Amino acid sequence: MSATAKTRQVGRSLPRLEAREKVTGRAEYIHNLRLPGMLHAKIFRSDIPHGRIKTIDVSAAAAVEGVFAVYTGEDIKRVIPDPYFGPAFHDQPILALDKVRYAGEAVAVVLASDPHVAQAAADLIEADYEELPAVFDEVEAMDSKAIVHEELKPAGTFPDLKHLKGLRDTNVALDFHLRRGDTDKAFAEADHVFEHEFKTQRVLHLPMEPLISLAECTSDRTVTIHTASQSPSFVRIEIARLLGWADNQVRVRTAYLGGGYGAKLYIKLEALAVALTLLARRPVRVAIGMDEVFLTINKHPTTFKIRSAVTKEGKVTARACDVWWNGGAYADIGPRVTQKSGFTAAGPYDIDNVTIDSYAAYTNLPPAGALRGFGIPQLVWAYESHTDLIARELGIDPVEFRRKNILREGRPQATGTAMKDAAFDAVLERIAERLDWEKPFDRGAGTKLRGRGVGIGFKACIAPTTSVAVVNMGADGSCTLYCGTVDMGQGSDTAMAQMVAEVLDLEAEAVRVVRPDTDITPYDMGTLGSRSLYHMGHAVRLAAEDVKARLAALADELGLPPGSNIPIPEMFVKRYGMRAGNIIGTGTFVPSYTSPDADGLTPDATPFWMVGGAGVEIEVDTETGHIKIERLVNVCDVGTPINPAIVETQISGGAVMQLGFTMFEEMTFDEGQLTNGTLADYRIPGFHDLPATMTNETVDAVQQSGPFGAKGVGESATFGVSPAIANAIHDAVGVRLTSLPLTPEAVYTALQKSNLENGDS
Amino acid sequence: MDAQLKSIRFTLNGAPASATVATHHTVVEMLQEQFGLFGARESCAQGLCGCCTVQVDGTAMTGCLTLAALLDGADVVTIEGLDADGTLDPVQEAFIETGAFQCGFCTSGMILMIRQLLDADPDPDDGAIRDYLSGNLCRCAAYPEILKAVKLAAKKRAAA
Ligand code: FES
Ligand code: FES
Repeated sequence: MSATAKTRQVGRSLPRLEAREKVTGRAEYIHNLRLPGMLHAKIFRSDIPHGRIKTIDVSAAAAVEGVFAVYTGEDIKRVIPDPYFGPAFHDQPILALDKVRYAGEAVAVVLASDPHVAQAAADLIEADYEELPAVFDEVEAMDSKAIVHEELKPAGTFPDLKHLKGLRDTNVALDFHLRRGDTDKAFAEADHVFEHEFKTQRVLHLPMEPLISLAECTSDRTVTIHTASQSPSFVRIEIARLLGWADNQVRVRTAYLGGGYGAKLYIKLEALAVALTLLARRPVRVAIGMDEVFLTINKHPTTFKIRSAVTKEGKVTARACDVWWNGGAYADIGPRVTQKSGFTAAGPYDIDNVTIDSYAAYTNLPPAGALRGFGIPQLVWAYESHTDLIARELGIDPVEFRRKNILREGRPQATGTAMKDAAFDAVLERIAERLDWEKPFDRGAGTKLRGRGVGIGFKACIAPTTSVAVVNMGADGSCTLYCGTVDMGQGSDTAMAQMVAEVLDLEAEAVRVVRPDTDITPYDMGTLGSRSLYHMGHAVRLAAEDVKARLAALADELGLPPGSNIPIPEMFVKRYGMRAGNIIGTGTFVPSYTSPDADGLTPDATPFWMVGGAGVEIEVDTETGHIKIERLVNVCDVGTPINPAIVETQISGGAVMQLGFTMFEEMTFDEGQLTNGTLADYRIPGFHDLPATMTNETVDAVQQSGPFGAKGVGESATFGVSPAIANAIHDAVGVRLTSLPLTPEAVYTALQKSNLENGDS
Repeated sequence: MDAQLKSIRFTLNGAPASATVATHHTVVEMLQEQFGLFGARESCAQGLCGCCTVQVDGTAMTGCLTLAALLDGADVVTIEGLDADGTLDPVQEAFIETGAFQCGFCTSGMILMIRQLLDADPDPDDGAIRDYLSGNLCRCAAYPEILKAVKLAAKKRAAA
C-alpha cells in the first residue's frame, strides 16, 4: 500500500491536514451553511443591568412586513417548559424570564427570512422594567443586598456544588477551601510576612468567527444543530435534557471553528436555536454580530489577596490566598474555574502550609467562562508578582529566589498531590539562559529605562473527563478517525492523525479525520482546558491499537504466519472474497482522579500538569509611560511534542493573546453598561503589538502518562506573560502595578505618584 | 423593508458575472448568498479586521462595508480565484509551508493583502510588512508565521 510509512509519524512537523482548504478560502465553517426555508433570528437585548420585566411590547416588530414571528421567554416555555441551562448551575434562561440580570441579556427574538428585516424589527421592540439595585464588584457581591439569583440551582453534575442547592439570597456560586499544614503557626513564627492584593480586568475571547448556531427539526422526533461549538457532546446532552428527549434524538455537528479559546463551550446559542426551530417549525439560523459577542461570554475579573510567611534566608513557609472571581450574571463554568484553579493558587512553590479560599460571585455583568487557562493566568499574575516583590524586598535575585522555593519532582503541591512530570526548574532555567540572566544588563539611560522580569505558572487539568474514539479501516487499508475533538485552529486533527498513523504504520496525511457530529463521532467531554491531546490522544491511540490487534487476529484466522507482510487489501480479499468489510477499533480513555476532601486535599488532583513561563526585556519611556517589549521568551513543558511546528505556534499564539490581556485589553463598564463593545474601541493585538523579538520553546520532557509522551499545550504559554512584564516594569523604574492592564496611563500615573512620594517633583 | 434592487454586471474571478442586489447588500453578502463564495467572511463588520477582504479593480477592499451595487463594471477577485488554474498562488504556498494560520478565519484577507503588498514592494522588510498588514487582525496571533510567509512568498515570486 502506497500510504505505508517507513518513518515515525509522531514528532513530524507536518502542515495541518486542512491547510489547502484554509488558504484557498474553502474550509468549511458553520457560517457557510444555508438551510432550505431557513429563518434568521435577531435578538433584542436588555438595556439595564438588573430589573424585573414588566412588559415587552413586540407589536411594532410583529407588524413589520416580512416578519415571521416574534418570541419572548414566555413563548420559549411552550416548547421547553423549564428553559434554564448551564454546565454548573441551571441558572440561565434561553430568553430572559421575569428578570434581566445584565445589560445585554437576550430578551426577545424576531424571525424573518431576510436578516435585515429581522434586525429592523428587533430594533422596534420595547421593554419596560422595574429596575433593581445591581452589584458589579466581586468582593461587594459577597454581602451585597442586590441579589442576582434569588435561589441557587446547581446542575447536579458536580458533587462539590450540591451543598449550594436551594440556597437563597446569596451571590456566592462556589466557595472552595484548601487547608494544608498549619498556616497560623507558620505566620506567627515567620521572619517576614508579605501581603499584597492584585486585580485582573474583564477581557474576552473575541474569536474572529462570531458565535453561530443553526437548528432544524429533521423529523417530529429529532432535531439537528449545526453549531460552531467546542463541546458538541455536551450540547447534545444538555439539549436532550431541556427537551426531555433521549440523547439520540439530538444531533449536534460542527465544522472547523474560526477560533474558540473557550468562547464556544457548553450552551451558547444552541438552546435558543432549538427552541426557535421548534416554535417556528422552520430551520433557524442564529448568527450574532461581533458587538453581541461582547455581551455573550468573557473572562473572570479577579481580586486576589495573597500573604506569605518567609524566613530570612528566603524560604516561603506559608501562603494564604483569598481569591474572588467575578462571574457575571450566569455561572457558566465559573464554579469549575474557581475550584480547579483554586488547587494551584499558591503557585509552583514548595510550601508546607497553605490556605486557599476561592469564591465565585454572581454580579450584574455579562457572564464569564473559561478563557485560555481556566483562571490560571489571573492567579499567576498575582502569585508571580507577589513572589517578585518578596524577592526584591529581601534583596534576593528573583530567579534565585524562585530556585530556592520551586516545587521539585516528587514534592507535594498544595493539594498534597506529588509533582510528576512538571519541569518547572527546566523551564525557569531555560528562560534565565535565554535572557542571559547572569550577565550584566543594560539598564538604559535618561527617560528610556530598561528592565527584565520572569514569571512561571502551572495548571491542573480538569478531571476526570472521558474521550472515546473510533478508527475504521476500509478494505483498501485506508483509515478514518471518528473523534469529537473540535479543530478550532489548534491543529488537533493533524495531531490525532499522526497518532493513528504512528500506530498503524501509515502516512498521517492518509488518515481522514471526520468532523465532530454526535450522530457519527462518539462521546467526548469537550475541546477545552488543553485536555484533548492527552485524553482524546489516548482514546485515539487505543482505537488504533485495537485495529492493529484485530488485523493480527485476522492474519491468524487466515492462517498467515506471524510477521507476514502480506498487504492489508489482500487480507480483506482473502477474508471476504472481494474488496469488502471493515476493521473497526475503539478506544475509551478516562484518567484516574480523586476528588478533594473537606480540606481541599487529594493525592491525585490531575492527570498531568501544564507548565509554562515567560521572560521579558522591556524599555519604559518615563515621559509617557509607554512600554516597548523588546524581547519575549516563552518556554513550556509540553511533554514530547507530537507536531513540534504546531506546538510552537500554540505557544506564540497563546503568549501574544496574553500580551493583549496584559497591555491594553479591558472591557469597560459604566453602571453595568459596556462602553467599548466593538473592535473599534476594544483593541486586540495586531502586527504592531508583536515584541521586537520573540522565542517560543519547549524543554526536553516526557509526560510519562501521556500518549507518546505528550500533553496539552493550548494554554501554557499564557501563564507567565503578565507578571513577567509587571516585574520588568518594577525592575526598570521601581514602580509596581497591581492591576491589569499595564497601560501607559497606569505606568505614567504610578511613576508620578512615586516621584511625588520621593519628593522628586 | 423597502429595498431598491439594482442589476449589476462585473467580472468575478476572471469570468463574467451578474447579480440583482438590494442597495443595502454588502459585497460579502452578495458573494455568499448569490455565488456560494465564503472565503471573504464577516467578522467585525466595521472595516477593522480584514477578514472580509476582496480585491476590486486590483485594490483590496473591505467587503463588509463595500456595497455590492457599487461593483457594477468592476473586476472582482476573491480568495477562491487565486488557484483557478489548479495551482496555488506563491503566497498560499508560503502560508502552508510556514504554518501561517491556525483557525484560518483571517487567512483569506491576509493572503489578498499580502499579494497586494508584494505587488507594491517585492521585497518588504519586517517594518514594512507590519505597517502594511496592521489592519488585518488574527486572534490566533499567527503573526510571526505570517511574517515568515511574506518573506518566503517574496522569494518564491522573485524566483518565478
Ligand atoms: S469584517 Fe470587514 S473588516 Fe472586519
Ligand atoms: S488564524 Fe485564527 S484568526 Fe487568524
